[in-house]
Amino acid sequence: MDNLLSIVTFLPALAALILALFLRGGDAAADRNAKWLAMIASSATFVISLFILFQFDPSNTDFQMVEEGSWIMGLNYKMGVDGISVLFVMLTTFIMPLTILSSWGVKTRVKEYMIAFLMLETLMLGVFMALDLVLFYMFFEAGLIPMFLIIGIWGGQNRIYASFKFFLYTFLGSVLMLVAMVAMYVDAGTTDIPTLLRHEFAFADFSVLGIHVVGGMQTMLWLAFFASFAVKMPMWPVHTWLPDAHVQAPTAGSVVLAAILLKMGGYGFLRFSLPMFPVGSEVMAPLVFWMSAIAIVYTSLVALVQEDMKKLIAYSSVAHMGYVTMGIFAANQQGVDGAIFQMLSHGFVSGALFLCVGVIYDRMHTREIDAYGGLVNRMPAYALIFMLFTMANVGLPGTSGFVGEFLTLMGIFQVNTWVAFVAASGVIFSAAYALWLYRRVVFGDLIKESLKTIQDMTSREKWIFAPLVVMTLWLGVYPAAALDIIGPSVEALVDNYDTAVAAADLGGATVAEANH
Amino acid sequence: MISADLNIILPEIVLAVFAMLALVGAVYTGKDKVAPLLVWASAALMLLMAIWIGTTGADTRIAFSGMFIDDAFSRFAKVVILVSAAAVLLMSEGYMARHKLLRFEYPVLVLLSVVGMMVMVSAGDLISLYMGLELHSLALYVVAALRRDSERSTEAGLKYFVLGALSSGLLLYGASLTYGYAGTTLFSGVIAAATEGHLSIGLLIGLVLMMSGLAFKVSAVPFHMWTPDVYEGSPTPVTAFFATAPKVAAMGLFARLLFDAFGGAVADWSQVVALLSLLSMFLGSVAAIGQRNIKRLMAYSSITHMGYALMGLASGTEFGVQAMLVYMAIYVTMNVGTFAFILSMSRDGQPVTDIGALGMYSKKEPARALAMLVLLFSLAGVPPLVGFFGKLYVLQAAYAAGLAWLAVAGVIASVIGAFYYLRIVFYMYFGDDRSDDLDAGGSPVLWGFLVLSAVLMVAGVVNLFGVEGAAAAAAATLVN
Repeated sequence: MDNLLSIVTFLPALAALILALFLRGGDAAADRNAKWLAMIASSATFVISLFILFQFDPSNTDFQMVEEGSWIMGLNYKMGVDGISVLFVMLTTFIMPLTILSSWGVKTRVKEYMIAFLMLETLMLGVFMALDLVLFYMFFEAGLIPMFLIIGIWGGQNRIYASFKFFLYTFLGSVLMLVAMVAMYVDAGTTDIPTLLRHEFAFADFSVLGIHVVGGMQTMLWLAFFASFAVKMPMWPVHTWLPDAHVQAPTAGSVVLAAILLKMGGYGFLRFSLPMFPVGSEVMAPLVFWMSAIAIVYTSLVALVQEDMKKLIAYSSVAHMGYVTMGIFAANQQGVDGAIFQMLSHGFVSGALFLCVGVIYDRMHTREIDAYGGLVNRMPAYALIFMLFTMANVGLPGTSGFVGEFLTLMGIFQVNTWVAFVAASGVIFSAAYALWLYRRVVFGDLIKESLKTIQDMTSREKWIFAPLVVMTLWLGVYPAAALDIIGPSVEALVDNYDTAVAAADLGGATVAEANH
Repeated sequence: MISADLNIILPEIVLAVFAMLALVGAVYTGKDKVAPLLVWASAALMLLMAIWIGTTGADTRIAFSGMFIDDAFSRFAKVVILVSAAAVLLMSEGYMARHKLLRFEYPVLVLLSVVGMMVMVSAGDLISLYMGLELHSLALYVVAALRRDSERSTEAGLKYFVLGALSSGLLLYGASLTYGYAGTTLFSGVIAAATEGHLSIGLLIGLVLMMSGLAFKVSAVPFHMWTPDVYEGSPTPVTAFFATAPKVAAMGLFARLLFDAFGGAVADWSQVVALLSLLSMFLGSVAAIGQRNIKRLMAYSSITHMGYALMGLASGTEFGVQAMLVYMAIYVTMNVGTFAFILSMSRDGQPVTDIGALGMYSKKEPARALAMLVLLFSLAGVPPLVGFFGKLYVLQAAYAAGLAWLAVAGVIASVIGAFYYLRIVFYMYFGDDRSDDLDAGGSPVLWGFLVLSAVLMVAGVVNLFGVEGAAAAAAATLVN
């Protein structure tokens, strides 16, 4: 199959189109058909995407299964995967059927709901596979439309504020990246990502509006991309859209947001910022380190005082993404490996945690921590699963969460011990807020009147969690399963980075703050 | 060689003669009773002319010793003008008939103004420029005031007329200065006199005055004041017409004047156009936020879009002109669809313009709401819709010409602008339920244009329907 990647990418969109055009009526039967079609399409996408994994050759660090066709404006339609992107593709196809299964109880506008999720899947897959700048941007930005509608239509009380904030915040970040992409096109004469990876952008210092810019054009481009990816990640201090969006989005929306959409920022750093602007990255790395360290500590503390479960998990996501950005810009094998691993692990763990909240939200229709307590008495299976993922969130050895945190900390320790010191304290904080949340919700006596009749998980819910449990434990005890695939590509990336930085000979000019 | 000259302007002659015959014919026959027939006949004739102009002639032909130029640029603009004018005419028939506005003068006036526009984009001389401009403007003043018994409509017509006359005056004054200092009214003569760095002060003032006059016509800030009032007061089909064909013509004329007459002094006007562009983008985006009347909102939206199109011109390059042409073609397509939607907004037969009335529209009319959603995101320039490519084009042109600051300002304005488009989506998809506020259904013609335009916005991603190639050829003939 020559166009395997396109098939995987556009299969969900095709299903969405079929739903939109041919499914008539708003009765229960039509709703059921919509759910089943979405389920079948996303499952089929996952099965077909397994072929990508089988065909993928980890020892080859080039892009594989590349498809290319000419497009408008001198752009190309070009898709391909390498060691960095292939697992994100798998993560996406893996998570989507689970989110659709978790939305089985949606009552309003089921058809539109399924269409939105299927379109979102296509767009997210496209982001990880696109090998053309503008194609990447299209997929990256277009994802905002279905997500805006998902939060706005199926969200909670304050959904309108959240949806607008989500859209405008991320849109503002991205448009600056668009200008940078135009600049790259003008400079390099192409939007082909493999070619741009070999292109050397100018890094001679210059002045803009009287400010001396170390690293010149590379730093400017880096900053423009940073504006977009930092918002998407999200990094402190531009993370404020995330708690709002998470809290208001429906459960499945939160899962997709946490598990996949946040990973686009990290992927962007790895695909663009680090390899294309090595000098810019080197110059700005200290800024990223400290932003990450602050994010880890600050958002962990904020998480401690949350009263809303989803908000707490949202803040913990920001903290975990702090490890990712730190690891990426440490720019050594352990750091980058760890960052990718942490993103994959976070995809499973935080997705599962949002699903855990969803399980009790579906029963009690509240996310207030105070409304719960003593659930272990009536929901033993739930308590067990929730515990597993809480532990994974804390980073207990044996779960996937540990590997990512350990590797990123090891990576950053080689570059900057102080940042590593501050970030490591986040591990303690995360244990504090996560375990405290667990204690308040699950342990204690069951004294709340409304909880006396609560039911344990249904078999559908158990089936949703089963694959996530397997992945979390498997990656926890045998991380090489992922690291062997990532490794060679990361090694090539780090080698190129070191060569470029050494060639640029920055000397003592790595003071990022001088640019501000 | 008068016959050769006449041969070149044959499409304009055909349209003008048809308009005059229609006028006389309608007066002596059924008057307003033949109006529907005239609407359809005029639209058909315009489409026919568009096909004719679009498929014939690959070279540049000059008539009346340089006063009229028929080249790839003018053909591109004419096709866009004719097709959009025909589309708006077809859309307006039902609405005008329902509100007893369908007079036989309406299609005739539209036709005459289209002839004016065609002359504008083909102008090779200050005189033919002014002739075209006035023919198109005078016809538009009248249609703006078509609803004679409505204060708003008469106000719109009068306002448009007074301010339009002012802008014509500015333009004429500039033209006379240019003539005085260049010694000729022919663009080909002016360009010889206006060279980079040696622009005499008279020519410079003439240039700026003419640009001001044209900025009125494209409603660029700070010459935009008439736009919201005229858009709001005119009958909606007329508003739809204002928002489409005349904008293309004015933009085409703008490009023609700047490149054909002052192409040797790009640095002298590029900064002025960049400023017009910057102000239009920001004022249009910010001012639209407060609007609840969808027609006023579209007025500010069109001001913003003209800002982006001007960004292409400001770059002063061939690629910039290509970007501007592609942008205008996309803009017109989006606006035709959007106005098809606005025309179908009514309650008990009366037009509704309050965007609050769209509350939960998606529940009642899912297909229409979806089509409108696509158009709104396209207007906001969100990928993967075609509107995004228009923005990408002008950004690239501006950046390549060293106007990086303008490109950055443009994208920031687009984020501000996204807010008010999103708000309409918000009303349609998750606002308060006011689904009884609007009548269901609507004419199949409007439905057709709405859906067609939305489908084009999605399907155009594949290859932009080849507009690129035509625009590139058009830009190449203009800039050299």
